Amino acid sequence: MSATENLVDFETALQTYDPVLGFEVHVELNTKTKMFSSAPNAFGDAPNTNVNEVDLGLPGVLPVVNKTAVESAIMIGLALNCQIAEKCGFARKNYFYPDTPKNFQTSQYDDPIAFDGFLDVELEDGEVFRVEIERAHMEEDAGKLTHMGGAAGRIQGADFSLVDYNRAGVPLIEIVTKPIVGAGTRAPEVAKAYVAAIREIVRNLGVSDARMERGNVRCDANVSLMRKDAEAFGTRTETKNVNSLRAVDHAVRFEISRQAGLLDAGESIIQETRHWHEDTRTTTSGRPKSDADDYRYFPEPDLVPIVTTAEWIEELRSRLPEPPAERRKRLKADWGYSDAEFRDVVNAGLLEAIEETIAAGATAAVARKWWMGEISRLAKNAEVEPTELGVTSATIIELNALIEAQKINDKIARQVLEYVIAGEGAPAEIVEKRGLAVVNDDSALGAAIDDAMAQMPDVVEKIKGGKLQAVGALIGPVMKATRGQADAGRVREIVLEKLGVDG
Amino acid sequence: MTELINLSAAALAEKLRSGEVTSVEAVQAHLDRIAAVDGGERGVHAFLHVNAEEALAVAAEVDAIRAAGGAEADSLHPLAGVPIAIKDLIVTVGQPTTAASKMLEGWMSPYDATVIDKIRAAKLPMLGKTNLDEFAMGSSTEHSAYGNTRNPWDLDRIPGGSGGGSAAAVAAFEAPLALGTDTGGSIRQPGAVTGTVGVKPTYGSVSRYGAIAMASSLDQIGPVSRTVLDSAYLHELIAGHDKRDSTSLTDPVPALVEAAKAGATGDLTGLRVGVIKELTGEGYQAGVQQRFDESLELLKAAGAEVVEVSCPNFKYALGAYYLIMPSEVSSNLAKFDGVRYGQRVLPKDGPVTIERVMGATRAAGFGDEVKRRIILGTYALSAGYYDAYYGSAQQVRTLVQRDFDAAFEQADVLVSPTSPNVAFEFGSKSDDPLSMYLNDVATIPANLAGVPGISVPGGLSEGLPVGIQFLAPAREDARVYRAGAALEKLLEDAWGAPLITQAPELAAAIEEGAA
Repeated sequence: MSATENLVDFETALQTYDPVLGFEVHVELNTKTKMFSSAPNAFGDAPNTNVNEVDLGLPGVLPVVNKTAVESAIMIGLALNCQIAEKCGFARKNYFYPDTPKNFQTSQYDDPIAFDGFLDVELEDGEVFRVEIERAHMEEDAGKLTHMGGAAGRIQGADFSLVDYNRAGVPLIEIVTKPIVGAGTRAPEVAKAYVAAIREIVRNLGVSDARMERGNVRCDANVSLMRKDAEAFGTRTETKNVNSLRAVDHAVRFEISRQAGLLDAGESIIQETRHWHEDTRTTTSGRPKSDADDYRYFPEPDLVPIVTTAEWIEELRSRLPEPPAERRKRLKADWGYSDAEFRDVVNAGLLEAIEETIAAGATAAVARKWWMGEISRLAKNAEVEPTELGVTSATIIELNALIEAQKINDKIARQVLEYVIAGEGAPAEIVEKRGLAVVNDDSALGAAIDDAMAQMPDVVEKIKGGKLQAVGALIGPVMKATRGQADAGRVREIVLEKLGVDG
Repeated sequence: MTELINLSAAALAEKLRSGEVTSVEAVQAHLDRIAAVDGGERGVHAFLHVNAEEALAVAAEVDAIRAAGGAEADSLHPLAGVPIAIKDLIVTVGQPTTAASKMLEGWMSPYDATVIDKIRAAKLPMLGKTNLDEFAMGSSTEHSAYGNTRNPWDLDRIPGGSGGGSAAAVAAFEAPLALGTDTGGSIRQPGAVTGTVGVKPTYGSVSRYGAIAMASSLDQIGPVSRTVLDSAYLHELIAGHDKRDSTSLTDPVPALVEAAKAGATGDLTGLRVGVIKELTGEGYQAGVQQRFDESLELLKAAGAEVVEVSCPNFKYALGAYYLIMPSEVSSNLAKFDGVRYGQRVLPKDGPVTIERVMGATRAAGFGDEVKRRIILGTYALSAGYYDAYYGSAQQVRTLVQRDFDAAFEQADVLVSPTSPNVAFEFGSKSDDPLSMYLNDVATIPANLAGVPGISVPGGLSEGLPVGIQFLAPAREDARVYRAGAALEKLLEDAWGAPLITQAPELAAAIEEGAA
């Protein structure tokens, strides 16, 4: 029996069960060099170019801790209201995998640099939900495997695998929550808001590029259900790599439905990792994961402990930027958005995008209009985040400039945006190439208008009789005749001129 | 040219400076000696790789600089032009590095160890890479995948381990200097059984970058030579902070040459020498004990105050070492998987998956002793056993450190025989790992505590060398040089010549080489 056949409707599930959530969010830091080596930390370069002997785990190499990464970790800890350890060390997590060059990962085990914090996340209706943070610790990323010859890049059926160690050794901060209880039916919303808040914080701190689509922020979502009368948590599953805000919402929702189905049928939940499938919005079984997975941790003998001083921590605290909540208050006032408008922007995860667009020179109204309007609509159709469409501040500013110069109208601008997203180039270029400029040539317009008036004499009569809004009925056919390239305002002027009516 | 190979590094350096001989002549003399005594069925087999071309090129460069004179010649390192041999656990560009394992057969490192950077900068011609127990695991160099190294004093006996190759090369006059690594005694014990000087520096005082890790918290690179002064010169050259090694100390390099010269006056007035009760008597061969007792008398006569100290936890040190070391080994050697470098062995039949390739590679690439330690360490670190084994061992380690702290309140240096026995015959212990491990009983505590130690020749027993070990508190490496140089001087005065000249097989080999 496949789990998907047994799904219980989300709302129904939560009448019987309380969901318990937990998140492990990995944040890739944007330091210049790697966690333990002097190799560049850069994304997107040719495979195995940003590596040195340390990253490749060659015989004889030793790690050296990146001080900037430690400072970033401390700042993240402070932003999450954590305690910062006075002294902490690294441990080796021993496991074999071809993308971990040393066959152990250098991580923090029983003494994380930051612990016991909390994060207040704002839900869509403005309610604040407190998520307790267990720890934030430092570790290194693994390389990347590409499985060749099999279906859909899976290891199953692959002929061989390619290893790119560029990412090996990239500094990671893993932020682990305590069990999140009491979210109830708002669990998916809390999940999404929490990950969004983490992303916002690390981006604000400037310690990570925080681009989920590039894996800068990666989320593993733990979900378990407990019967409403139960006292102990249920068995949890860990859904790996839920790497967009929408997916976090969907994955939590799906696991609740799936687990409720199994529990209702009297079956038990297997403690395991699960894979997230964006296409079907489902999870499938990964590998069993017990608490007793034996990584044979032991203190990393090649590194000396990190000792933090009060002065150092205070110096880092002084570098913390404005907290997101306060920042939001300020931006709302600056931009002059209404409560509802602003909340919609936040909920859509478009605060940064709009801020960036305004910083690039757009008015608050224009930035909002595009991000919350057409871009969001297209993103929804494409089932991606608006920021993943590839629309930049420059695109919006250019589109707006074209409208203001009356080169194109609003409707055409929306079309142009679609062409931009399709990769056809910059707006002005597209308008030029596709000949989309508004027809401002009065003679060309005049002919179309004459045709329209000839076909609708009753409308002409109404206008003559003073019903100026009737002009609208003529605009449609004129637009049609000019393939939408007419300027509606100019059409109205010409009609009134022709009929000798004073607009 | 025979006399050139008989010179100490310091004496050779002096002749190079004065222009009496050239570095090319010195290197060629050693290459000739290697050709004469290292190969063949009854050869010493100290070298896994001889680096003649590069060594001669470096020598020629030094000679050219000296010939040109001026500022560049004046700024040459005192040891410039003096040839050296490198334990094949230390990575070198342009020469193979195998760690005496099949796993790394033919592997060429793309980077140099920090000590090699320093050797190159000081322009010491590197004669080649010396044999060792595979991945430095062993006390006899019988665990090399490329065959035994023989003890130049008796070719049927072991040269100690794991640095048997380096010690034998120096003892057989194939090199005046060598680098070794000491995890549980692998410089000092081979030094003892080959009649050479071996030093384990303070942990962290010489960069480990580029020394293939056996047990990271214990490993230390150090010098091997025929005189205490030579080791002091080499030690000063390789020591110092390295930003590529986090455990590297930032202390300035101590004045070791000065300490060795001071010790060589033979005056030890005011030096408190502590005899470690637990490292004498029972378990030590009678001849070894006798040479040790004689050395103590000499030290007393030179003005040292000899006191007995007790280190009650040393009896647990060997046990703790054989848990901590294999634990770190099991993790450090995990990288040898056939994925990125070295040997890759495909399974004979069945599917070629990553796990099966790793398995086949390790089965074929690692020797028995390496496998034994990996398995032991994997077990000791595993969940449920960690506290009982690794955790307890770390506690013992702390107790050993405290024993040292207490002992160093009573004495400036501690002294013991370096090894409980003289060199044994090949095969006599290789089937009994536990008895083999006992060889390191006197050297291991220093590694657990990170303190420096030296082994100096203390005479012969049954015609074979006995080593005397001095230990000092961490960062007080100068003290072991002072005490070691003093004992060396006192013994040479008593014998009328350095101990090394009394080696019978060597004398014969030297004559053959000269003929």
